[in-house]
Amino acid sequence: MNNSIVLPMIIPLITGILLVFFRSHIRLQRIVSVVSIVCTVAISVYILQLIQQEGILRLDFGGWLPPYGILFVADSFSMLLVLTTSIITGILLLYAFASIGVTHEKMFFYPFVFFLITGVNGSFLTGDLFNLFVCFEVMLLASYVLITLGGRKVQLVESIKYISINVLSSWFFLVAIAYLYGTIGTLNMAHLSVRIAEVGQGPLLTVISLIFLIVFSLKAGLLLYFWLPGSYSAPPTVVAALFGALLTKVGVYALFRTFTLIFYHEPGITHKLIGVMAIVTMVFGSVGAIAYQDVRQIVAYNVVIAVGFILVGLAVSTEAGFQGSIYYLVHDMIIKALLYLIAGTMIYLTGKTRIDEMSGLIRNYPLLGWLFFITLLSLAGIPPLSGFIGKVYMGQGTIEAGAFLLLAVAFLSSIFVLYSLLRIFLNSFWGETIINEDDDVPLKKGMLVPCVLLGILTFALGIGVEGIAVYVQDAAETLMNPQIYIEAVLYER
Amino acid sequence: METLITILIGVLVTVAVYLLLSRSLIRVILGSAILSHAVHLLLMTMGGLKKGGVPLIGEDNSTFTDALPQALILTAIVISFAVTAFLLVLAYRTYKETGQDNLDALRGFEDE
Repeated sequence: MNNSIVLPMIIPLITGILLVFFRSHIRLQRIVSVVSIVCTVAISVYILQLIQQEGILRLDFGGWLPPYGILFVADSFSMLLVLTTSIITGILLLYAFASIGVTHEKMFFYPFVFFLITGVNGSFLTGDLFNLFVCFEVMLLASYVLITLGGRKVQLVESIKYISINVLSSWFFLVAIAYLYGTIGTLNMAHLSVRIAEVGQGPLLTVISLIFLIVFSLKAGLLLYFWLPGSYSAPPTVVAALFGALLTKVGVYALFRTFTLIFYHEPGITHKLIGVMAIVTMVFGSVGAIAYQDVRQIVAYNVVIAVGFILVGLAVSTEAGFQGSIYYLVHDMIIKALLYLIAGTMIYLTGKTRIDEMSGLIRNYPLLGWLFFITLLSLAGIPPLSGFIGKVYMGQGTIEAGAFLLLAVAFLSSIFVLYSLLRIFLNSFWGETIINEDDDVPLKKGMLVPCVLLGILTFALGIGVEGIAVYVQDAAETLMNPQIYIEAVLYER
Repeated sequence: METLITILIGVLVTVAVYLLLSRSLIRVILGSAILSHAVHLLLMTMGGLKKGGVPLIGEDNSTFTDALPQALILTAIVISFAVTAFLLVLAYRTYKETGQDNLDALRGFEDE
């Protein structure tokens, strides 16, 4: 029992509710947002540290002992993601201050960002499958508001697709929960794992696990990503960055949780299918990333490729593979936020979205150009940037498991990522500048600072990888041995 | 009883799928509402339609009804209510902006 682990969810919730009442006090809203997010980051660091000393923490709400009550469970994997989420939200909020505009700020933009974070952090921390559904819905409802806020035609039209597909996937989630409850009679994740290990994962349970696979793949954009490029291109830059960095990762987290803790008995069916889906995702994502001229589309397809890449680790299910996935997950949250911010800033500066209509940006905005170059190297996995270590472990994991096709496709996809971003770099940043000095849109400092911060983060994560290696190892070990998680939830009093 | 409810769920899903596949936005929303009702019934049926007493200690009952599915349904109803309300407002706004509720006509806003 440790009450502190509810704080990463409850602080954003209370902040969100409070901010609703200060609708017209923009300055106050900004100050409260920053203070609250700094608190969340600090507490996440503290809990992560505490887990290393005391093992997995849990909190039984209302004193109901598991498996009867709803509970929160914090292990290294979930806390690493909570911490990264909080840091990135903080930096994105800084960008929002400079870019989002007064109308958005007065129409409850900040409260809904915090509600979104409530849902995201709640999903990472919960130890109950139905509670996971509820947290997903909190996150999704906030995202529906954020994607439509502003009410431009393109936003409305894209959000109809986005909401319909999510309503449908939530429906599948409920169906899967109903079947699982009917078969196993519990919804506590650790308890589910114990019971399934007892009765064996028969065909019925494997089918249920496949329904879960569909649900989480829809949320993560694994194979079922067709809704993603359109809807992530519609909202303002900050919102797109929040979505691209955080929302798909929640789906990825849920996939890891369910297929390492609950349905891990039939890897020949489920994990093989995940592997196939990951391959197809990477191939189609690569095709999409080099097919389009619109910078937002290219970036959105890069999100898709990364989801496929991360799930290679789950498909092989070796400890090195898990470590690779976790490193890459953290790295990807940082770098996708940065990529979206730079792409959005480019559109803001030029007023154009197609890369062949922009040229020579690096002469007018050298720092932005260099930041994009760093992003490109980091995504390609060049040391000492943060993408490197994840790829090394991923390579090791796939070789250990003998999955050479996965290895080949994963690393080929990196080349396509590099190519798709080099295309942006060569077309938009190099070449003759077409902006003359009079039309030069000044780059706001408030837009550049968050990008620089994220750039520093990717360097810091790459160089200071020793610093988080302990946590990642612990997280991978827990994923590898579900028994550790079960012991902590069910048998420790 | 379980069989009867299962058939009812099947009918509801059929109706909902028919509505979801139509072109009119308002029908799609109604379809999603019916779809959620179907899954609520499914949750209840999968929990078992037991004939038992109120699950409270101190009541003189030999059998108790499982309370968990009802709690789940209650939560799911609230959520689907919120989502449907949001969708209806969104449909109204889209109609106001574009003058359309035909989904086919709403395609192709690539460059606004």
